[in-house]
Amino acid sequence: MTLVLALAAAGLLTFGTRLSFIALLGREEPPRLLVRALRFVPPAVLSAIVFTEVAVRNGETDLSPSNFRLVAAVLAAVVAWKTRNVLLTIAAGMAALWIAQAAL
Amino acid sequence: MPEHAHPRKEFLEGCRDELPLLLGVAPFGMIYGLLALDAGIDRATAQAMSSVVFAGSSQFVATQLVREGAPALVLVLTIFVVNLRHALYSASVAPYVRHLPLRWKLVLSYLLTDEAYAVAGSRYARDGGRPDPSPHRHWYFLGAGLTLWTAWQLSTAAGVFLGAKVPASWSLDFTLALTFIAIVFPTLRDLAAGAAALSAGIVAVLAFGLPYKLGLIVAAGAGIAAGLAVERLRGRAEPGGREGGHRA
Repeated sequence: MTLVLALAAAGLLTFGTRLSFIALLGREEPPRLLVRALRFVPPAVLSAIVFTEVAVRNGETDLSPSNFRLVAAVLAAVVAWKTRNVLLTIAAGMAALWIAQAAL
Repeated sequence: MPEHAHPRKEFLEGCRDELPLLLGVAPFGMIYGLLALDAGIDRATAQAMSSVVFAGSSQFVATQLVREGAPALVLVLTIFVVNLRHALYSASVAPYVRHLPLRWKLVLSYLLTDEAYAVAGSRYARDGGRPDPSPHRHWYFLGAGLTLWTAWQLSTAAGVFLGAKVPASWSLDFTLALTFIAIVFPTLRDLAAGAAALSAGIVAVLAFGLPYKLGLIVAAGAGIAAGLAVERLRGRAEPGGREGGHRA
């Protein structure tokens, strides 16, 4: 029961976060600096998630070649850069990870 | 792009453009379902979390906390902080939805996830500074958001109800990082965006130990600051360069 209430509160807070500026800016012009800054939000946030997912293992930074996720992610990044194709990027990254795990 | 596409056409285009991202989302939803059951959360609650919270990475963190028996307040705060970045998405799309009635704002806000933002946000960016190339663009947003919502509910259900046994050795959770890699790279059109991504990534790794996943917020701030700084320096070097990419 506590869990259900906690999740309801978390859900409301998350919804409120998503609604925040949509509700506010309906009336006001956004500041110029904010608009300029917003262009950098997706690359910054998504890249921060990616870096921690692939470069941190068991709470420690691991940049060695034995970190297969890091190696596979670099390969996937090259594929994403060359092809700009989501499906190919995921396929290449998963294939690389599976091959590395099977081979070693 | 046609100047005044029909709402249904906009809606279907949004659905279609969201589809490739589902390859990354669907395994993630299934794994969430499995992890939630494994943490001792009952099936109905696990499924409900996917529609009430509806934010993948925070749901993963939530299963860890429940497993560790964290107090409810820590659970609520952690989910809130992990999802704080959505305020930035909200600010990003706000200029484009400001003319819509409240019910549209409520629905689109609810659907404003990472993956829906990635698709709808790049549509708005593609349209450039023109005031409103299509009066029905919000249908595109709705199509992308509802497609993701449906996939998230179904994949959660697959993990929760079918009790699929996915071996950990498949490492399907890795598709989260791969999906984000595929989304980020096309947005790195210039040095400033590249600087934002790189510095946010490095700071995120360095700040990983911060409590409540605050590292992510700190990293985002660092990335945005780096992007603005590079843009300012380059703007000075070549006056008349790119100015205000996609202002409404």
